[in-house]
Amino acid sequence: MTFLGWLTIFLFVVLLTLFALPLGSYMAAVYTGERTFLDPLFAVPERLTYKILRVDPTQGQDWKQYAKSLIIFSLFGWVLLYIILRTQTLWEFTGLNPMHYHSAPANVTFNTTSSFLTNTNWQYYGGETTMSYFSQMAGLTVQNWLSASVGIVVAVALIRGIVSRSGSSIGNFWQDLVRTMLYVFAPLAIIMALILVFQGSIQNFSSYLTVHGISGLSQTIAQGPVASQEAIKDLGSNGGGFFNTNAAHPFENPTGFTNFVLMLSVLLIPAALVFMYGKMAGNRRQGYAIFATMMVMFLGAASVAYIAEAHGSPAQHAAGLHTQVRAGTTGGNLEGKEQRFGIAGSALFDVTTTVTSNGSVNSAIESYTGIGGAVPFANLSASEVIFGGVGTGLYSILLYVLLAVFLGGLMVGRTPEYLGKKIEARQIKLVALGILITPLSALLATALAVATKAGRASIDAAIAHGPQAFSESFYAYLSQANNNGSAFAGYTGLIQPNAGNLGAHGVTFADVLGGFTMLFARYAPILFALAVAGSLAGKRISPAGLGTMRTDNPTFVVLLIGVIVLVGALTFFPALLLGPIVQGLTPHLY
Amino acid sequence: MKRDLINSGIGIIVFTIVCGLIYPLFITGVSQVAFPGNANGQKVYVAGKLVGSKIIGQNFGDVVVKNGKVQMSDGNPVTVPDPHYFQTRPSGTDPADNAAGSEFANYGPNSTVTLAALKANIQAYIALDMAPDGKPYYPGGLTAAKIPVDAADTSASGIDPDISIANADIQAYRIASIRHLSLTTVHQLISKYTLGRGLGFSGEPGVDVLEINLALNRLSPSTR
Repeated sequence: MTFLGWLTIFLFVVLLTLFALPLGSYMAAVYTGERTFLDPLFAVPERLTYKILRVDPTQGQDWKQYAKSLIIFSLFGWVLLYIILRTQTLWEFTGLNPMHYHSAPANVTFNTTSSFLTNTNWQYYGGETTMSYFSQMAGLTVQNWLSASVGIVVAVALIRGIVSRSGSSIGNFWQDLVRTMLYVFAPLAIIMALILVFQGSIQNFSSYLTVHGISGLSQTIAQGPVASQEAIKDLGSNGGGFFNTNAAHPFENPTGFTNFVLMLSVLLIPAALVFMYGKMAGNRRQGYAIFATMMVMFLGAASVAYIAEAHGSPAQHAAGLHTQVRAGTTGGNLEGKEQRFGIAGSALFDVTTTVTSNGSVNSAIESYTGIGGAVPFANLSASEVIFGGVGTGLYSILLYVLLAVFLGGLMVGRTPEYLGKKIEARQIKLVALGILITPLSALLATALAVATKAGRASIDAAIAHGPQAFSESFYAYLSQANNNGSAFAGYTGLIQPNAGNLGAHGVTFADVLGGFTMLFARYAPILFALAVAGSLAGKRISPAGLGTMRTDNPTFVVLLIGVIVLVGALTFFPALLLGPIVQGLTPHLY
Repeated sequence: MKRDLINSGIGIIVFTIVCGLIYPLFITGVSQVAFPGNANGQKVYVAGKLVGSKIIGQNFGDVVVKNGKVQMSDGNPVTVPDPHYFQTRPSGTDPADNAAGSEFANYGPNSTVTLAALKANIQAYIALDMAPDGKPYYPGGLTAAKIPVDAADTSASGIDPDISIANADIQAYRIASIRHLSLTTVHQLISKYTLGRGLGFSGEPGVDVLEINLALNRLSPSTR
């Protein structure tokens, strides 16, 4: 560990807070229809979009109408993406398939399509060996925008339900969607993409370069419109790399500077949404309490990961390597990590992208030490509420908040209330279902994957033995159920012989199981969150009395952390023991 | 229902055009004007020939020729490190330093496979430090304990362009001796091609291997 390593973590937290605060206020203005400083720029394109889409943004929707618009729109997105990916060769005329890649087979495409629709970006393919530039742009990048925006609008709708005083409307899906894309993502994505190119990311449509290396060996270097996709991928908690090694690839993440900025961009909107919530709820302290809850857990995760990775791995020690920091070397477990990021820059990136449902990686998670690797497991086990994905994080933690309010109410023996609204049996049933669906899908899918021969075919038998093999499988479904998308990347199954496209791999069983896991664990919680919003909308608000449990003080923060940890631990502890914890506690090699 | 179908159908087409075509084309246009070098991959040319990208690691090795035939393995030539050049980090791609198919090695922390790979990398690193007369270039010779982790651990991308300063300092003895340069000259090159931390604190300094090797060739043209 180094002073600069800890300083990186410290500055990251400070800068994140400083950027997220004003963005939160701005976003509150965006979703409550107040004027913003970008109105002169975007008001006209906004109105034009409504006109072309033939929507009436002034028409309020109740939760069922809102959900219906969302589901139908997502269905259209799924179909179009599937078609684009399966007809890769048809788009050759655009010149955007210079390597003449064929489409991936149907099973892989089913998984990929479900993955990008659900903001997961789990990848059973290598970008530069599978996808044409056209598929990356018109297919995957589009869903990077849309799936992220859909996540945010659900959070906004839930907030409206919680704070609304009359009527059953929770907003208008189309208006929320368009405003999210225009007012939130567009300016940020353009700025980020240009920062990336300024630092060395590539952005071109050239065919792959053939290089005559200086020692006489030739090399082929992949190209493409990388920066534009990288920017929205990290801002929108998507995480699907343009290249197979994602943000470890020098063209995606060229310097220590971009690494830091990318991490900020991953957490920026999730953190801003929390502040936005406080503002929309009319009590900023509500937002601060949730922010504090997330930050405590985030700092815990970052510290553990950094300490564990700086310590080095049993395999390194057995090989006789010295892993302490010395002049000119990072020390630590640099296996599967890039020199320019070092230990702190890798560990913090890993934590940043696994607390959110981003899932981008700048180092190989499978090569993390047992305890270092247990951190992303723990983050996923907390169901992505430590900041979480854009929108998904906020609506998920709000469900936990309602659960904590309910438990607190039971303890003091009063009808639980949140922001003056009574939380009753109907809400708690919906909340419980919304919370439990993700862990249940993860565990069921893992059980299926490790108990069947078809499932075990995906384990990389050449490198993963014993607990590592279990970790690989468990992580795969935990990641897909949480719509995260990061991977113990050994779990990619067998290469599928597919003429013209050797980059798409994975076995049908894993492709299909994973695809359905992602779809179910994405849309079911969304429906429950919207249902909660609907059931709270228009509920009478009773003034806070002396006996009302406060939800904006440190006591509540502790209660909320307790509830999140308890639910995560109770559901996942046995499975975690079998994989990463065993690996972390033993110096034994398998 | 019908209304949603119409909205969604038009919506998905419009968003595909705007986010999937106009947005990347716009970024490409601006990048190609403002940062053409970066946007096209920081290509390096020597005598009109493209020799690499500044930020992509490459294999500075030689093919192995036996009985007049280039040795092959899995359709790729077998290579050995060329001692005239600084060597990049171990790579998990197939073949090594494959910039058209980046890949993690995915070596687990408690794996015997990892141990075997580390041992092989350490051995290769020590072997490269041996002069033809059997003596090490590095004063006192190298042991596993003296080798910086980046020289033994596989990189993430498989095409890590950088090595640590400690790694470069060790290789400097070999380079200076083979190329008949003073150690000071090589150290000056190392400082010159070391990229510092981002903003002064983020990440770790690294020596760009392609750039320093090109500089070496300019100083003392390869002996072959």
